[in-house]
Parts: sequence; C-alpha cells; structure tokens
Amino acid sequence: MVDSTQIRLAADIGGTFTDVVLQTPQGRLTRKVLTTPSAPEQGVMDGIGLVIQDAGLQFPDVTVFVHGTTLATNAIIERRGARTALIGTQGFRDILEIGTESRFNQYDLMLQKPSPLVPRDLRFTVPERMDARGTVQLPLDEQAVQALVPQLRDACVESIAIAFLHAYANPAHEQRVRALLQEALPDVTISISSEVCPEIREYERTSTTVANAYVQPLMAGYLGRLREALNAKGFQGALYLVTSGGGLTALETARQFPVRLVESGPAGGAIFAAQCAERLGENRVLSFDMGGTTAKVCLIEDGEPASSRFFEVDRTARFMKGSGLPLRIPVIEMVEIGAGGGSIAHLDAMKRVVVGPESASSVPGPACYGLGGKRPAVTDADVMLGLIRPENFAGGSIQLQPDRSAEALLTDIGTPLGLSAEMSAHAVYEIVCENMASAARVHAAERGAVIGEHTMIAFGGAAPLHAARVAEKLGIQRLVIPSNAGVGSAVGFLAAPVSFELVRSFPMRLDDSFSSEEVSALLDDMTQAAHGLVQDDARTETLHTRRSAFMRYVGQGHEIIVTLPEGAISSDHLSALRAAFEAEYARQFARVIPHAAVEILNWSVSVSTTPQKYPPFKAAPALHDAKSGDIRKLFDGATGTHVDLPVYERTDMGPGSRISGPALIAEKETTTYVSSRYNAHLDGSGNIILDMKDAV
Amino acid sequence: MSAHSHKEIDFQIMWNRLIAVVGEQAQVLIRTAFSPIVRECEDISAGIFDLKGRMIAQAVTGTPGHVNSMAESVGHFLRHFPISTMKEGDAYITNDPWMGTGHLNDFVITTPAFHKGRLVGLFSCTSHLMDIGGLGNGPEATDVFMEGLSIPMLKLIDQGQVNETLMAMIRANTRLPVDTEGDTYSLAACNDVGVRALCDMMDEFRLDTLDPLADFIIERSRQAVLDKIAALPQGTWSHEMTIDGYNAPLTLKAKLTVSEGRVSVSYDGSPPTVGRGINVPMAYTRAYTVFGLACAISPDVPNNAGSLAPYHVEAPADSVLNAPRPAPVSSRHVIGQMLPDMVFGCLRTPLPDRVPAEGTSCLWNIAVRGQWFPKGSDTSQTYALAITTNGGTGARPGLNGLSATAFPSGVHGTPIEIAEIQCPLIFWEKELRENSGGLGQTKGGDGQIMRIGTTQKQPFELLAAFDRVDHPARGALGGQDGAAGRVETASGRKLAGKGLQVLKPDEVLVLMTPGGGGLGEV
Repeated sequence: MVDSTQIRLAADIGGTFTDVVLQTPQGRLTRKVLTTPSAPEQGVMDGIGLVIQDAGLQFPDVTVFVHGTTLATNAIIERRGARTALIGTQGFRDILEIGTESRFNQYDLMLQKPSPLVPRDLRFTVPERMDARGTVQLPLDEQAVQALVPQLRDACVESIAIAFLHAYANPAHEQRVRALLQEALPDVTISISSEVCPEIREYERTSTTVANAYVQPLMAGYLGRLREALNAKGFQGALYLVTSGGGLTALETARQFPVRLVESGPAGGAIFAAQCAERLGENRVLSFDMGGTTAKVCLIEDGEPASSRFFEVDRTARFMKGSGLPLRIPVIEMVEIGAGGGSIAHLDAMKRVVVGPESASSVPGPACYGLGGKRPAVTDADVMLGLIRPENFAGGSIQLQPDRSAEALLTDIGTPLGLSAEMSAHAVYEIVCENMASAARVHAAERGAVIGEHTMIAFGGAAPLHAARVAEKLGIQRLVIPSNAGVGSAVGFLAAPVSFELVRSFPMRLDDSFSSEEVSALLDDMTQAAHGLVQDDARTETLHTRRSAFMRYVGQGHEIIVTLPEGAISSDHLSALRAAFEAEYARQFARVIPHAAVEILNWSVSVSTTPQKYPPFKAAPALHDAKSGDIRKLFDGATGTHVDLPVYERTDMGPGSRISGPALIAEKETTTYVSSRYNAHLDGSGNIILDMKDAV
Repeated sequence: MSAHSHKEIDFQIMWNRLIAVVGEQAQVLIRTAFSPIVRECEDISAGIFDLKGRMIAQAVTGTPGHVNSMAESVGHFLRHFPISTMKEGDAYITNDPWMGTGHLNDFVITTPAFHKGRLVGLFSCTSHLMDIGGLGNGPEATDVFMEGLSIPMLKLIDQGQVNETLMAMIRANTRLPVDTEGDTYSLAACNDVGVRALCDMMDEFRLDTLDPLADFIIERSRQAVLDKIAALPQGTWSHEMTIDGYNAPLTLKAKLTVSEGRVSVSYDGSPPTVGRGINVPMAYTRAYTVFGLACAISPDVPNNAGSLAPYHVEAPADSVLNAPRPAPVSSRHVIGQMLPDMVFGCLRTPLPDRVPAEGTSCLWNIAVRGQWFPKGSDTSQTYALAITTNGGTGARPGLNGLSATAFPSGVHGTPIEIAEIQCPLIFWEKELRENSGGLGQTKGGDGQIMRIGTTQKQPFELLAAFDRVDHPARGALGGQDGAAGRVETASGRKLAGKGLQVLKPDEVLVLMTPGGGGLGEV
C-alpha cells in the first residue's frame, strides 16, 4: 500500500506540455505548463512550484520526485547530442553505416537511410580481436590506443563509445581501453558495449552503445542542473528517473545509462494503464492511448505491461519498421501507428482510403479549425459524423466549422469515390479504427494472446471517441475510460518500482554440456550487479529478483523468454526448462519441432522494489438511469441514415449513473462515444465503464 | 448508392486486414526459422491465394525473386492437387525449380484454408534452406540432379498427419538434417497461423467466400497499374549488358515495349543455357523483371495477380533466361538479380528521372562449408552457411547510390557475430570500400572489403557465385563505372568469381564487393 505519509511528485516533459502531478495523503493535484525546450528544468520547476503552492506545501515536504522526459529521444532525433567518437575493432570501422545492408521499403528506389550518429571521420579502430567464444585472437594494441588520444583531443570529442566484436563474451579489451582513455581524457564520458548492451549482434550493440554515448553529456548536464535547482529550493527527498522499461532508476544510474531513458513518456502511459488494471482487478488488459498524431497499444497481463528488448528511434519513414536506429534496451513493448485526431486522410493509387501517418498537427490543424487546413483529418470525420459538438470542442477554446470538414472530405475522398460527405466521414472513421484494431491484433498475435479476452483501458485526447468502435472490432467485452486520463503518464510514474534489468549473452545447450557452475557464477554475478544498481536508491525497501532465460531451438534466431526457478540451476532443471519452453513455443507458433536441441542464448536478471499499490477502485453503487441532456444527430454508416444520439454531461453523472448506447458522454476536455453495442456507467471512483450488451 | 458505398468501404477494410494476415504469416516464419539466411536475413515470402490460384495479398517483406515466382507456383500446386481433393489439415510441398522458385534450396509449402468446413483459399510460403545435399548451394553442378534432393509435388501433411517417410528422406539428404526439418515445420506452421487469422477475419465480417473480395482487390490493383502505364510514353527501347557468366562473359539483351494497357519485356537474343548452375528458370526471370518494372512504374501498388497482370515477360526457349530441365540452376540469382538493371536500362530513355544506374545487383553471398570442432565438442561437425553481403547500388536521380545495400534482393546482411558463432571462420575486416562507387552528378554506392580466415586447422571450401568481377556496374548519362569486384587471397592468389575453391587453413580470403555506377557527368 501507499505510504500515506509520503508526498510524491511526478513530472513528465512532453513535446508541448510538461505535466506535473502531486500525490499527498489528501489526494492528487495536477498541473500542465508549457515545456521550455532550451532549459527544460525551468518548466519542471515552474510546474512543481505551482502544484506545491496549490497544495499549500513547501519543497522540503516532498519525499519522492519521479521524473520522465523525452529529452534523450529528442536529442537523437534532432541530432543535438554530444560530439561522439566510436572506437571499434580494427577492420570494422563502418558497422554503424553498413547496418543491416537492407532497404526498409522494397519498392522505393529513392529511399534514404537514417544518418549514423557518428560520422566516418570520428570512427576509429584499434588492433584487437576476441572470437565468438571470448578467446583472444589478437591481443589489444595499447600503443594504438594511446596514439588515438591526440586525435580525439584535436577533434574536440565530448563522448566516446567503445564497441568491440564479441565483447559480450569477453569485455577485457573494452575495459582496458576505457581505463587508458579515461586517464588521458578525464573530461570525456565513455560508454562500453559490454556494459550498455552485452548482447550478440554487432550492429544493434554498437548502435545502442553509440546512442548512450551520444546523449550522455547532455543528460548528465540536465540532470545535474535539475538536482541543483531542487536542492536550492530545499528539496531533500529521493529523485528517480523513469526508464523505457517502465522502472525507476536513480540519478547516478541514469547518468551512466541514459539510453535507457528514451521513450519514458509512453512507458508512463502503460504503467498508468497497468495501475488502473490492478485497481480494477483486471488480469488481461489492452491499453489504448490515442492522441493527436499517434495511437499506441500495449498488452498488460497480470498487471505487467509486455516488455521487449528492441526499439527503433528516429524512423526516417514514419513508423516504418527498419527505418530507424536500433536500440537494444529493455522497453515496454507497444505498437505505435500514425493514427490520431490530426491524422490526414487521402486516397491512394487504388482509390483506397488511407489515414496517416501524416498529421495536420495543431497548425494548420484539421479543416474544421478554420486555420487554413484544407485536407480532411480524423477530427473532421468525427465532426461530420456528429461525434463532436462543434461549440464545445477543447472546452470551447476553438469554434469548429463543420462545413469546412464536409468540403475537405468531399474534395479528397467523397467525389472521387462517389460518396457523400457523411459516407466519406464514415469511411475515414472506419479505416482509422480498423488500423488501430489491426495494430492491436498484430501485437497480440506476436505475444500469442487472445485479444477478445482483454479489457481495454483507453486514454489520451482522441481515444474516448474511437475506443468503442476499436473494441467492437476486437470483440472486447469491457472497456474503461479512467479519470485523470489526460495526465496518465505522469500519474503512471508515481506507481513505478525502482528496478534494473541486466541481460547477457551466454549460449548454453540443455544437454550434457550444460554447466551448472558457469551458469550459477554468471547469474550470481549479474544479480549482484543489478542489486548494486538498485540497492542504494531503494533505501530500505524489499527487493525482488527475477531471473529468466531467452531460449530457442539450436539454430533459430529468435528467442522465447522463460522464467527460471529460484536457486541454483542444475541439470535436474533441464527437462522442466525444455517443457516450459515448448509449452510457450506451441502457444505462439502452433507446432513444436521434434528432434531439435534447445539452447539458452541470453540470461536476464531483473531486480526491483515492490510497485506502489493503490486501493481498488470503488464499485458503482446501485445503477440508475442517467438524465440525458441534448439530442444530437449521429450519422450511422451502417444504415446510411441519421439517428438520435443523446448527450450526457459527465459532470452531471454521479456514481452508478447508467446509460445505453448509442450516446455521448461530454466533458470539458474530451467526449466519450458509447456505441450501440455497449452500455456505460460510472463506477464509484469516477471511471467510465462500457460493457458490451448481451449478444443478440 | 448506399449498397455501393458499403461494399466499397467494407472491401477496403478487408483488404487491409488481409495484408495484416499475411504479415502475421511472414513474421511467424521469420521467428521460427532455423536457416540463418531466413531468420537473420528474411529470405522468405508468404501470401494468400484464391481458389483460382490468383495471389490476392503478399507479405510486405521477403525477396522479389520468391514473391513473384511463388505467385506462379500455386498454379502448379493446383494442377497436382485439384481443389476437389484437398482436405482440411493438408499441406503440400515442392522444391522443383520449375514449379517453385527457381532452385532446390527453396521449399514451397501450400496449405488449403478451410473455414467452417469449406475450402476458401490457399496459403503459400517459401524460404531458403541452407543445405539440400548434392554439391551444395553453388554453381558447380552440370545438371539439376547434382544440385541435391529434388522433392516433386508431394503431400507433406495429410489431414494433420505428417508424412514421416518424406521427412526421413529430407533428413537423410542434407548435411544439416535438424535445421532442414525444423525449417520445413516452420513453413507449415506459418501457413497454419495464416489460416487461423483468415478464419477470424471471415467470422468477423460474416464471409463464407473470399471470391468477391478477391475480384475487388485484383481489379482495383490492375486498374491502378493500367493508369500508371497510361501515363507513360509509348514506344520500344532496348538495352544490352555484359556480365561475367561462369567462365565466359554473357551479353544479355532486352527490348521493352510500352503499349496500350501493357508493358512487355523480351529477352530475345540472349545467350543459350550454360553448363553450370547460373541458368535461370522462366518463373524467376519473370519475377525479377516484373520487380524492376514495378519499382519504376507502380511502386505504390501492392503485389497481387491484378497488379502483375499488365506486365509481360518472355525469353527464348533454352536461353540462359529460360532454362529447361535438367539445366543446373542453383545460383540462378546471380543473373536473375541483374534483370532490374536491364529494365532500368531500357527505361532510361523515356524515364531518365526515375531509374538508377547499374548497381552490384547480385548478392555477394559467401557460401562456405567445412568441418570443425565446436566449443565443448571433440567430434568434428559439418558447417555450411551463406553469409549475405552486398556491394553498392547504382546512383539515383538526385541521390547517391546506397553503400553496402541489397538491391534488388530484399534480404538483410548476416551479422558477423552470428556467422562466427556457427562456424570457425573469423572476419578480420568488413568495412566500406572507399571510392568504389562510380563518380557522377550523383555517385554510386560503395562496396565493402572483407578479409576472412579460419581459427582451426582444417581448410574450408568457398562456393563462389560472384559477378561484376570482370564487368563492373556501368555509369549512365555520363557517370563513371563503379569499381569491379575482387576475389583473391591475402597473399595475392587470384580466385575465380564462380565455382568451388578450397582455402588452406593459413590462407585469408579477400573479397571486395563492387561499387555502383555513377549517374550524370561530374
């Protein structure tokens, strides 16, 4: 349970807004302030100042401050990181540029790959070589390392990445080079691949190490300034950073491995959903986060978001797999597609309606904003269908112009296809919902999950208008739109545990060659290291250790994660491990492979504190019919006619208020569409719950 | 109008869904494959077909040679296994180069999809297996019988029962029995996953047949390509290109005609079949030619029976581009992958702003084989693997060529650490080959330099199938040629670009992949 005396503060720096949330024994307060890109700590400090003032508190009263930021991501995307050098194995200067040797788009003759973070003139090599078994094939030439020092100095290098071949199997050369260079260049930060990403596959490991080095000085500077600013205000509590894996990490670890801070914002959203899932008592959840430009879906089983070890940053072709820089770090696995309120619809060469990834953004915005946008966006379709009340959009801050939506929809979609403006809107709405459902389906298929058994938790500005239709398509029985959905990420941060996950490649077959001693030594070593990174910061909390093995049939290239039992792993465990692997394999891929040997490629140790527990949401009292307000006309694409749509004001609805779809639930920031397949009610904690009506 | 509107929107949504279904099919194949060229390099394809054998959707992955030849392959399956004989739980297999995708190393598996007991469509997939016996995956053989185990059209799975006799035959005829059997299972499994996803879709949309949807997709796509063709200037253009061949150069000839509603390419005048395995079966010739046409003319139209229909390809019988059985065809990619350059050469006159200069084009797969003692083992084992590498692509209008990048193939390069964990070879160098791209207004992409030795005391065999060693990628519109490829040892022993050669344990193999041609005068 939450320590009721604690005062916890969370801040999420986004592209436009910085969200601040303060949790006190009396309740939760939130603030949104503008992000200050040149000195982000300023926006954070302003926001904190305001929310503390709102609560009538002082900085020294705050016990914990949790912070998430997209600074690292933005530094990579905008190429604003440190002047970074890469030192590799002689003969392998171009690993970053050679990459996967592939084209992410088969038919595009004009495609362009992302430029590497380190240009060729800053990529150096030294004679040394480990083989795949970690045996030295060529000793490190220390003189060659020394000879690099003046070059690195002359090039004004601020940060260095060292990534040698097979360093995951034997880090000795990388460690030695770091020691030599650190002595000669004490002001330069150094990242080595055997610490940042000790996993096989040289391109991904090098790319991850370079990204770490690239953002390190910037993040260290920012974090240092933030700490100082907090100290100056008398803050004495603990400061944590949110990682892409959804855990918290202390300042020092964040400085060492800043690449792990990439994508912490979306991770916060998933933790928020996980927290809601737990408070709702739901074991299988699909989180659905739809904003202005993208939609993200993530599976949450038993309160834990799906995790992965691969992520691509800076995709040159938006959202196209393979077009970005690969990072092998623990991440919350989610699928992100270009589908948001601002996503633009058009026809392709086959006259198919295509939505996104291009977005109208806030300027010029969808056609209905009347700010010069001529092309139809998803919001225009929503307006045309009658789902958005033009006079109440965004709390009345923008007066929408529905006739402009109609014009844009007709010009770009309706006229070429012979459809009315309403039918065009229906097509756009259906396609964007299908795209999101499809992303969820693919994500579920990759995880071997049955999507229809999940409860959807929907948040983000555009989600409540589309969630019901997406849920229908997925056969989802229940969906929940929680309160506080607007600042979900920051709220999620408050619930995250302090944690660190280490992964190492160490191939081992499940047969007579299995060495219990080597495995035990490896796991003990990793456990100790992970504890070291968590312990200091976790203060007195109990630590949980989870060990897992990445297993596959010998000869395969993709692994399945199997949880390891506690204690030493001896040969007695092998048959149980094989059985666990094959059970999971069959679940994901339909058939097991007879005769094939099984091996463990990677070993993982994750150490964490207990996540913050919150009390369950209150159930609704006895349900009663809600009082309806206005009646709006909704265009029903299925029948091609307008139907009456009652509008309910959320503020007028108390716990237990019940309505039957189709209906709209309107509030200041957003509107929830309850489709005809669902009933909706408010639970005792103010969440909107949609339950599918009984199948006819 | 309303009925029309609904059909239109529903079909569009189902089309999207079908593409997602085959995407899932392909992902399962990649994730479960054993063959490194599949799992690391994605040398596969996957698609769904209607009951007439027309491809209606294909995964957006894989390689063009597979994709378009697999499209033809399903027609052959239907001839051997008529619709009326197909049972739920069946799966059929072949690796026949003339009924599959052009060489024995590719297994093609086709699975009938039943929905509520009714046959509604077919899933097909193919992937490159590392070893199928014979002389191995190189151009050495003088007929197809020497190239390995040939699997005619057979039932792999009969109503859920795996054909154990066939599996035993497969295991007994490869140097890598476990991997080969594993890959066969993974092909079957990916089709099963496709069937499952298709049934979900048909339940959701309450369909009992795919036919109207198939007609819609095929007609829409065909029309889209026809619209693109209508916007092209009409006429006939020709192009010639000389490549290394096996032991004598070959001059390929093409004539391309754009006319009302069709684009046709004829390879009339191209040389006769050669005695070694670089001959190309017709389906593979068609596959890469159509790929080149699609890149230049209709890159945004998805591949299916409709979009392929307006493109016509012919090559003279018994020519190297239309090799009959039993010609050896194992390394058919070497010439096949040059064909987009032939298409671009023809189109350079009418469409100079759309097509690149010549590139390396054929993959530089380093196929190696030998014996070794892996970690912890005191018995010697066979290894056989192909390490995928590439040279530079041709300079593009307004853009330089891409360095060390596959084109037209869609595969990925093999990570060196993955290659080294599976064999005793050690790469001492793999770096960009500076200034190997041809100069021009825009430059050709650079190739790579590789130096490869072994850590053990056994020799190793190289099954070379490299081109552009004697005949570099030419520049165009005044641009300069790219650097030619090189195959030799560190001590200066010159090796042949094609054929089986043995490297002694103390020798270091040096490979320099070609640079792409430049475009426009400097």
